[in-house]
Amino acid sequence: MKNVQKQKRANKSLPFFFRDEFKVSLVIILVSVALLITTFTFDIVPPILNRGIQPATFPKALLILIILMTLIIYYLATKNPWKVEKKLPRSFFLTLSSFVIFIVVSKTLDFFLAISALSIFVSYCWGEKRLFYLLIVGIIFPIIVFVFFETILGLRFPPGIITNIYYS
Amino acid sequence: MLAPLFSSKLLLVLFFGTLFGLILGVLPGLGPTTGGALILPFTMTLDPLSAIVLLTSIYCAGTYGGAITAVLINTPGTPAAAATCLDGYPLAQKGEAGRALGMATVSSTVGGIFSVVILVFFAPILAQLAYEFGQPEYFALAIFGLTMLASIGEGSPIKNLIAGAFGILISTVGKDFMTSIDRFTFGINELTEGIGFIPVVVGLFAMSEMLTQSTLINQVFNRIALKAIKLPSKDDYKKTWKTILRSSGIGSFIGVLPAEGGTVASLIGYSEAKRFSKNPEEFGKGSIEGIAGAEAANNAATGGAMVPTLALGIPGSATTAVILTGLIIHGVRPGPDLFREQPDFLYGIFGAMLIANILFFIFGFFGAKIFARITLVPNKILWPMIFAVSVCGTYSLNQSIIDVWIMLFFGVLGFFMRRYGFSVVPVIIGLILGELVEGTLRQSLVIFDGNWLMFFTRPIALTFFILSLIALAFPLIRSRKFKKNND
Repeated sequence: MKNVQKQKRANKSLPFFFRDEFKVSLVIILVSVALLITTFTFDIVPPILNRGIQPATFPKALLILIILMTLIIYYLATKNPWKVEKKLPRSFFLTLSSFVIFIVVSKTLDFFLAISALSIFVSYCWGEKRLFYLLIVGIIFPIIVFVFFETILGLRFPPGIITNIYYS
Repeated sequence: MLAPLFSSKLLLVLFFGTLFGLILGVLPGLGPTTGGALILPFTMTLDPLSAIVLLTSIYCAGTYGGAITAVLINTPGTPAAAATCLDGYPLAQKGEAGRALGMATVSSTVGGIFSVVILVFFAPILAQLAYEFGQPEYFALAIFGLTMLASIGEGSPIKNLIAGAFGILISTVGKDFMTSIDRFTFGINELTEGIGFIPVVVGLFAMSEMLTQSTLINQVFNRIALKAIKLPSKDDYKKTWKTILRSSGIGSFIGVLPAEGGTVASLIGYSEAKRFSKNPEEFGKGSIEGIAGAEAANNAATGGAMVPTLALGIPGSATTAVILTGLIIHGVRPGPDLFREQPDFLYGIFGAMLIANILFFIFGFFGAKIFARITLVPNKILWPMIFAVSVCGTYSLNQSIIDVWIMLFFGVLGFFMRRYGFSVVPVIIGLILGELVEGTLRQSLVIFDGNWLMFFTRPIALTFFILSLIALAFPLIRSRKFKKNND
């Protein structure tokens, strides 16, 4: 409890634009406003065919509601600041970047290769240095999963350099 | 009730579902919701009853499994077991881990069976009532379900409502179902069909948890050794039978409320056990009543949560949202017609839940020691494997790589939501209820010729609106009462 209060005090001592509640509220509002602007580009049903409300009305109402509620949480946070979150460790950013690598590899080279690469990379970054376990995690297990999905569910994975060899 | 289950295939499904559910429950970060979402693609190879039996048995056993980790490593295997940590772990530290787990197993089983009885009696009654519902009543009911998100226990009420509204917003992506006009598709063809439930659930639960685990790789758990589970003594039964029954009732009731689930049930069950206890000072220090109160309530919520899911198509919790998706994928439309047209199917589900509760008692009693060892699997091995299953499972439903990217996006989003105190559960409930909310609203306005005030001329709808206001006010009253008590 004391720790949380200390973290809250630490947050209050920061300028408002560095505080988490400001940053989070700002991001939500900016995204909501961008989406709200997008709703004005939706096609409009001619009045003669329109039954009830226009397709854009419901999302518009939702987005306005989200913006209003975000303003309320920001207002409440000015009175009762959020606690300062600990800095994210290196392992988080490595895991996050592995998601990006996964997307790039699965799009350009191969789906299986992407899973395999991510598994080995994450396992290694999280502290697994033994080659045997890295092989299990990165090659043997993905093969089992692939074969299982392929045979049980009759799934066809997207083409790629390794998947093509498997299918041929 | 059990007759539809007397086939070797269904019993096998039930057996594996319970076993799998227990394993999921034991592993912190996983749980019946994530597990159910991951197993959903596999259910496509099963008939509808087997698929739902598999999902419900995972639900029952997974909810109990969380207690094993809560008692032995002071980390709830599932959020619903958080209250179990408060007394389970201190009791285990005193060298009575077997007694703590024995009480958790017995009270979970009693709570679970109690809730199945509630389900059997109340679901048909609620379904019968639902015949009176038109579009405006369903709209009001869905609004009630969404406002209940304000008090789901995790995070602040307004943050939960924002997350719920965001979930509804996701449901609007794709072609508008009434006019076929594209909304939020940004020219991406794959988005015209909308955003699927599975990528969102797997992303928000499994992938965000993977990112959370990446921040905890240096964390060391103090694991308490378990010799064997002990059934509660006569003295323990005397002390706890009232608590178990009370919490079973509370859990079933909380479960029936739309969107509420085992987490809220266990917290209320625990606090009520403390309020009624002759020894409230023992709570937090290893009270056997505390364990019984929390565990009976969270397992009782499983049957309770199935009541609105089956009778109205409104999920009672995050896991029942997955079960609801399973029903829809298999072409089963929950609601009153299901009770009239497919009673055998429903009795199969009721029976499966009953047997699952007995099975997890047996598995828990004889195998807790083995299940406890599962927690020894290092995260650096476990999570890359979960990633592989998540990716293939998400891809398999529509064979779409876009679904996998959506899953990863929601994984990152879910991580930051949780970091800043937004629960991810409302997003799931909002996504499930979104189509119902918008559809019934628009159809009601057509019926009412655009007159919004007509909603208040319908007694059932008006009742739900009043209940919605109470649901919104409840967290406020609760926090004031809490403040007053602390002062």
